[in-house]
Formats: sequence, C-alpha cells, structure tokens
Amino acid sequence: MSDLTQLTLKAAVDGLKAKKFSSAEITQAFLSNIEASNGTLNAYTEVTADKALKMARASDARLAAGEGGALEGAPLGIKDLFCTDGVRTTAGSNMLRDFTPPYESTVTANLWRDGAVMLGKLNMDEFAMGSSNETSAFGPVKNPWKSKASNAELTPGGSSGGSASAVAADLCLAATASDTGGSIRQPAAFTGTVGIKPTYGRASRYGMVAFASSLDQAGPITKTVEDAALLLRSMCSFDMKDSTSLDVETPDWTASVGESVKGLRIGVPREYVVDGMPAEIQALWDQGVEWLKAAGCEIVDISLPHTKYALPTYYIVAPAEASSNLARYDGMRFGHRATEARSLTDLYETSRAEGFGKEVQRRLTIGAYVLSAGFYDAYYVKALKVRRRIAQDFDNVWGQVDAILTPSTPSAAFALGDKQIDPVQMYLNDVFTVTTNLAGLPGISVPAGMDANGLPLGLQVIGKALDEATVFQVAAALEDAAGFAAKPDKWW
Amino acid sequence: MAIDAATVRKVAHLARIKTPEDRLETLAGELNGILNWIEQLDEVDVQFVEPMTSNVHQPLRLRDDVVTDGGKLDCVLSNAPKSADGFFVVPKVVE
Repeated sequence: MSDLTQLTLKAAVDGLKAKKFSSAEITQAFLSNIEASNGTLNAYTEVTADKALKMARASDARLAAGEGGALEGAPLGIKDLFCTDGVRTTAGSNMLRDFTPPYESTVTANLWRDGAVMLGKLNMDEFAMGSSNETSAFGPVKNPWKSKASNAELTPGGSSGGSASAVAADLCLAATASDTGGSIRQPAAFTGTVGIKPTYGRASRYGMVAFASSLDQAGPITKTVEDAALLLRSMCSFDMKDSTSLDVETPDWTASVGESVKGLRIGVPREYVVDGMPAEIQALWDQGVEWLKAAGCEIVDISLPHTKYALPTYYIVAPAEASSNLARYDGMRFGHRATEARSLTDLYETSRAEGFGKEVQRRLTIGAYVLSAGFYDAYYVKALKVRRRIAQDFDNVWGQVDAILTPSTPSAAFALGDKQIDPVQMYLNDVFTVTTNLAGLPGISVPAGMDANGLPLGLQVIGKALDEATVFQVAAALEDAAGFAAKPDKWW
Repeated sequence: MAIDAATVRKVAHLARIKTPEDRLETLAGELNGILNWIEQLDEVDVQFVEPMTSNVHQPLRLRDDVVTDGGKLDCVLSNAPKSADGFFVVPKVVE
C-alpha cells in the first residue's frame, strides 16, 4: 500500500481512471503517512481525514460511473493561506488561529471541481513572510533532506515550506503553494521538488490570504514537471471576483512537456552571479547550460542590469502593500482580539501586537515607515520606479531569447536557526526569484543536482508573460537531462 | 537617514502595533540595517520613469453597481470575536 504514496500525480490520476486502485485506498495511504510523520516534520497544521475520505468515496463513485475530472480522486495538500469553506485557515498566524472561512478560494474551488481530494492544510511562514518557515505560529517545518555532513535539522525553505516538505516526504501527491518573492521556487529547490509561479493574473487571488497583492500568485509544488503542468492548469482560471485576474485561455501545458527544445534561444543573465555564491551553484548553472546546448538550444549571454536592485525594491513594495492589506486585522470583526484595552486605539494596538509574530511586525513597521508622510516619495514611489526598470530589463531581452536560465537559490537548504539573527541575510535567499514577481513573469524551479553534502539544488527557467508553455518545455528538457531521482533517506 | 527610538515609537503607532519601550532600540537597529541596505536604490537613475503599480496590462474591469450577493448575516458574523442580535459587539472603550 505504501508505494501508492510514491506515485506521481499523473500516474495516480491514470491509475485511478484505470481502476488499479481506489481513491479511498490512496487517500488512506497518505493519511497513514501523515499520521506517522507529521509529528516530526510538522508539514500539516490541520489534517482533514474525515473530509478526505468522504471526498475520496465520492470520487470513487464518479470513477465507477466512468465520470470524473482531470484530478479525480487525487489527494492533495493545501497551503494554509487558501480559504477553505468550513476548514480552519490560519496563514501560519496566531491572528487567524481560530478563523474558519465561510467561503472557498477560487483556486481550491477549481481543484474540487476537477475531483481532487483535500488531505489537509499545510504549514507556512506567517502571512507568507519568510524564507525558512521559522516565522510560523505553528513552529518550523522540517526538511526531509539532511546533509551528509551533519545531523542538523534543515529548513525546507519558505514560505511554502509545508507544501514542499509534504511533497518531498510523500505526505501528498502534490500541493498548492503561493509565491510573492520566491515562496514556491525556493522551497522547491531546497526539497528536490518542482515549483512554478505562473504569470501574474493567471491564478485568481480570491480567497487567498493577502500578503502583497501586486506580487502574490498561486502555483503548485509537485514531484515532476508534468505534474506541475497538470496541477497548474486546474488552479488557473479567469475570475470575476479578482480584478487583476486575466481573461485568457488556460492551455493544456502537459502538451509542452517532452516537446523538443531544439532551436530555442536561452538567455543567461550575467548579473545573476552574486557575491559569495558557492562554486557548486555556478557549476550547476554551467551544467544546465550544457544540457540545453546538447538538446539543441542556442545560448545567449544577456544583461538584466537592474537585477541587484530587485531585492531592495521588493523589501519596500511588499511591506508597503502588506501594511495596507493587514490593516484589516484590527480585532473587530474577525481574528484575534485582545481582552484588555483602555481605548479604541489601545485595542487595535494590543490585538495586533498579540496576534502578529516578530517578522510580520517588523515588515508592517517598515511598510508604515515607507508609506508615511515625508518618506512616501523617497522610498515607496522610488521603488515603484525601479520596479519598472526591472520589468523593462526583461522586455528588452525578449527579442533575443525565448526563456532565461538561472539558479533557483544562492545555496542549498540551510539549518534551522542559521539565519534568524540578521533579517537581510534571510532576505537574500530570494535573490534569483524575486525579479519575476516584480515583473509578473512565470518562473519554475526544477531539481537539477546535488551539492557536495547530498542536498538538492534547483535551476530556474523564466519565461515571457503568459508563455508558461515554453517554460514547461525547457523545464522538462532540464528534468530529462538531470534525471534527478534521489529521495531523502527516511529518518523521520 | 538613521531611525531612532522616537521614530520607531511613532511608526509603530502608525502601524497600530503596541511596542514596549524596551524593544524600541532593538527595532531601531533592525530597521536601520534594512533601510541602509535599501538605500542602494539611490544609485538608479529613475528620472522620467513612471512608477509601476501593476503587472496587469489590461484596463481595470468594472462591473455594474448592483448587489450580486447578500443575505449572509450568519457568514459575516461567524468569525466575530463577539456578536449579538446580528451585530458585532465591540468592547466599551469610552470613559
């Protein structure tokens, strides 16, 4: 029974359709894995076993009748910032510890429409603010991978650390995640999984707990590129409930997986070499270039001159938007309310001080500062102007290249506690991923190799807006060349 | 542009986050670290550049100003810290 949990999403969906096993069987197999492992890995904040089995039996009935959607009967994990009707949704925060939404996010509604089964809600950095899952009010998630050099527990990355850890440890077939500055791709790289952030506007943000609205985008974390194509298709849709949702067709991206990349022009941006980047990351990147060359791609040196300004820009824009979005948590209509307060302002201030963790408070304070009178133009407007420069850098190279290849992260997974002292050091984790959020472009991380200590490393493919097809095509070529099949040794 | 404890006190109030006095210095140090790092943006020439507020290259959609949903009193109140008779109950905060 346990081998069912090691299937890819595609193989599971095919197996369910062919009635090789039932949804109830595979769902039970995952629930058993979760029960045995979650105490150690802490990937799930809530396991919805009864609901899962009920959904699985309904899927089995549909499959028996020869019906069913694209994901019929497939058990998934859901990042805990997607509102799920009647199931607690916390966004990793004490502020929402007792919040049970009376409505469903569009992304999850799409998944249930296609027949997917919900196993539960996955742990994450508080309000998606973090790169190591250490800001979660439910405690850090552990990476199933361990370094050969040490027994230290490693972070699975963040903010979608629960999603990445659960997929890597076979606690779900695949998972939903969200990416504001790298929160899908960085954890995917740290756990040997695949993660894609689609073009901004592809997936509806309705019912996703907001962090920074102009950057947030939903996407999947999966075991293979084909699985990512399959799950992303179900997640995306045009949605009248989200004013930034794009009214475009959602193509069948699985058709792009395995298509020849011969003749594609791949850009290699010289500015993505950063100070102190381990030689292994450069070597992996060089290897990626060689693989694509061998597959018939033309490699083009390109320049994205404003790359180094992307992270500082992000750390103005994102906190500014967060300070506006999170103003709704005032203890009045929902969320945590402090019990003792002497005035209305005191009630707001105390509720927010009690409900938000340190990193969220830090970012809300920065956000309030850069938006405050006297600093608005010097910081916020300035950052929006640099943001346009960064987006223009990409526009300038699309004439020369079809996609861009970079590393996903500047290092392999680090130990829990390693970077907690200096916030700027932690922010640098997203140095390669944040540019695509600022420009609204699709980016995928594919596991492509190991460092000297046996930890997975990822390569990132960036594409033009709405050109996920090419991104999947190139990602599948890398996946094929890398042949990454390693799994973490089970210690948990 | 160094931030001192008084500035942190003011900004924390703007953000409506109660911050104990003994935390102000620490926070000032952290915020200065982040803002010093951010100040490298001054190197970028942004003269004649329009601020970029959105990634979406389409005009904002408008819908007719009509009620499309409603009658969900119980839903709206379901997560209230306290409610009574179809209203949110807030604590008495006036003298």
